Amino acid sequence: MKEKFIKFGKNLVTTEEFVAEGHSFCSGCGEVLALRLACKALGRNVIIANATGCIEVCTSPLPVTSWRVPWMHTLFENVAATTSGIEAGLKILTRKGRMPERDITCVAIAGDGGTSDIGIQALSGAFERNHDFLYLCFDNEAYMNTGIQRSSSTPYGASTTTVPAGKFSIGQTTWKKNMAEIAIAHNIPYVATACPSYPFDLMNKVKKGGEVTGPAYVHIFSPCPTGWRHASDLAIEIGRLAVETGIFPLYEVENGRYKLNVDRPKLRPVEEYLKPQGRFRHLLDGEIEKIQDHVNNEYAKLKAKVACFAA
Amino acid sequence: MSKRVGLEASHAAAEAARMADVDIIAAYPITPQTHIPERLAEMVADGELNAAYMPVESEHSAMSACLGAAAVGARTFTATGGPGLEYMHNVLYVASSMRLPVIMTVANRALSAPLSIWGDHSDAMGSRDTGWIQVFCQNSQEAFDMTLWAFRVGEDSRVLFPVMVHLDGFHLTHVTEPVILPEQEEVDRFLPRFHYPFALDPDKPMTHGAFGPPDIYFEAKIAQEIALRKSKAVIIQGFDEFGDIFGRYYHPIEPYKTEGAKTLLLTMGSFSETAKIAIDIKRNEGESVGLINLRLWRPFPLEELRQVVKNVEILIVFDRCISFGGPGGPVSSEIRAALYNQKERPRVVSIIGSLGGRDMSVKDFEYIIDRGREVAKKDSQELYETVGIRGEVTDIRGLK
Repeated sequence: MKEKFIKFGKNLVTTEEFVAEGHSFCSGCGEVLALRLACKALGRNVIIANATGCIEVCTSPLPVTSWRVPWMHTLFENVAATTSGIEAGLKILTRKGRMPERDITCVAIAGDGGTSDIGIQALSGAFERNHDFLYLCFDNEAYMNTGIQRSSSTPYGASTTTVPAGKFSIGQTTWKKNMAEIAIAHNIPYVATACPSYPFDLMNKVKKGGEVTGPAYVHIFSPCPTGWRHASDLAIEIGRLAVETGIFPLYEVENGRYKLNVDRPKLRPVEEYLKPQGRFRHLLDGEIEKIQDHVNNEYAKLKAKVACFAA
Repeated sequence: MSKRVGLEASHAAAEAARMADVDIIAAYPITPQTHIPERLAEMVADGELNAAYMPVESEHSAMSACLGAAAVGARTFTATGGPGLEYMHNVLYVASSMRLPVIMTVANRALSAPLSIWGDHSDAMGSRDTGWIQVFCQNSQEAFDMTLWAFRVGEDSRVLFPVMVHLDGFHLTHVTEPVILPEQEEVDRFLPRFHYPFALDPDKPMTHGAFGPPDIYFEAKIAQEIALRKSKAVIIQGFDEFGDIFGRYYHPIEPYKTEGAKTLLLTMGSFSETAKIAIDIKRNEGESVGLINLRLWRPFPLEELRQVVKNVEILIVFDRCISFGGPGGPVSSEIRAALYNQKERPRVVSIIGSLGGRDMSVKDFEYIIDRGREVAKKDSQELYETVGIRGEVTDIRGLK
């Protein structure tokens, strides 16, 4: 830890905004809310690199910008590599005395496609090289910026424009890639999952991720009313349901030790999460059951890992 | 006192990066580039160079890491070749368009398939329009000189463009030749410390590489094009300053025995030195031939070329690349286009050879000169001819 970590809570959050208003996110977007909270948690001393995606497009249309912190765009697939260059550059310039010693957090921002599909190689490389950076994956479970095409982070049974539900299709037929576990497999010091429906938990995790020495990964569940086809006032509710049904459990892994941050004695049925969303509307009971079984299994696996470290 | 040592061209390039006191090296190994990053990694390991060596997992990430490092103001170097250059292609545009002066040695290599680790210019031609300043080297000395010069020009606040220094794979990268190494003090006099005027800094937040809607993208690109063309003045100034300090003067276009010559051969890179021997032989035989070594490939030295070929009848352009289905070799078709609107212009003959590392001897260049003149006399010319093809080549599947 670079400094003593102070937990966020009511009245402990800065009123300063680092992502200015006037951006062009859809109304009710869960992602921009998560972004705003994450930036508040990180504060002013950051340098952000951003992969192509909703966040880049909605915050930086020339000639205006929403960014009040230093920010650069590179490409879709290389944000982890670019951020590793930022980090290595700052470090060597400091070592050579060309730059004063400063605590700047290097942050990579990407969506689920830029992380779990096209950017996974660069991400794995940057983790393996042990750069001191924080990677934030804003997961809205498809290529939303290009119009709701499936990614490997799209959940089973969701209808997207490239795996549409139809007479002979239930939509996505593969299970969501577990990016957090892939990050954990790199043995990096900090991995967490977060959701803007739990704002202080999200901010605490982002701050912690920025403060650890070495790579940190925070996977942020980002409800998308446009792509998930739910009412635009439901993003917070959907996020909470994802957590309470066990579909997206909130946990963190510090130096390999698992900790469940929101643990309910009994999970709510997945149906409660699936029903309000148009992308799952076509699912019949059999498929919902299949999803329920999968969630139960995955959740039990996670609980077992948590239990390993409980003693 | 400068000293004269035997150095492989790859090591000469690495030595230049060391003397430039580079901050970041991000590289991924690929034949025939490997000796460059290996040597630099060794220097870092031995403390001869205070830099961070980033052993990235791909060329794509090598260039991406360079972007980040350059954006915070680090002096940044990488090297690649062939498929590696192709793999980072997408990122090359970002470096030039975001005005990040990354310096890169390209050990020119052929492209698959069939797999070939040997040299040609297919990789360089594929990167032609990426907005990088690009120069070709003839020998190990130039590998050193051009690398040092690249930092000086690319990082100049009037330029701020990335620079590619092309070395022919194997034919140059793996050749040991005498190289005059300067004193560090001379290098420091030539190359000031890098101060990136737009460095990412929390005290001065800036947005780099914002997204360009149709109402602004075009202007941004034209501004970039104007800036690259304007950089030619600094490129030439850099050549002159280099000459003033180190005693070796370079030029965008380098004529060799062109006085009064009616036929000129144009070559790039290390093959120019072999071609010069052919020119010497022809001159001794009393023939009116000369050579142009095209050093600066981007921005293209249009004016200089037009000047040199003004009174020339035949210009034979030697390409080490095929433009599949296109109008001849990429260099020759570009030169044809560049001269087309001139009132007086030479007949341009395109000759393609030495793909995938096929050797070119002095005899081959003599043949090119003879054959080029024959072809130029004919009324209708083929788009291009080849040199060194063995036997009759048909469609690869034998289809007629």
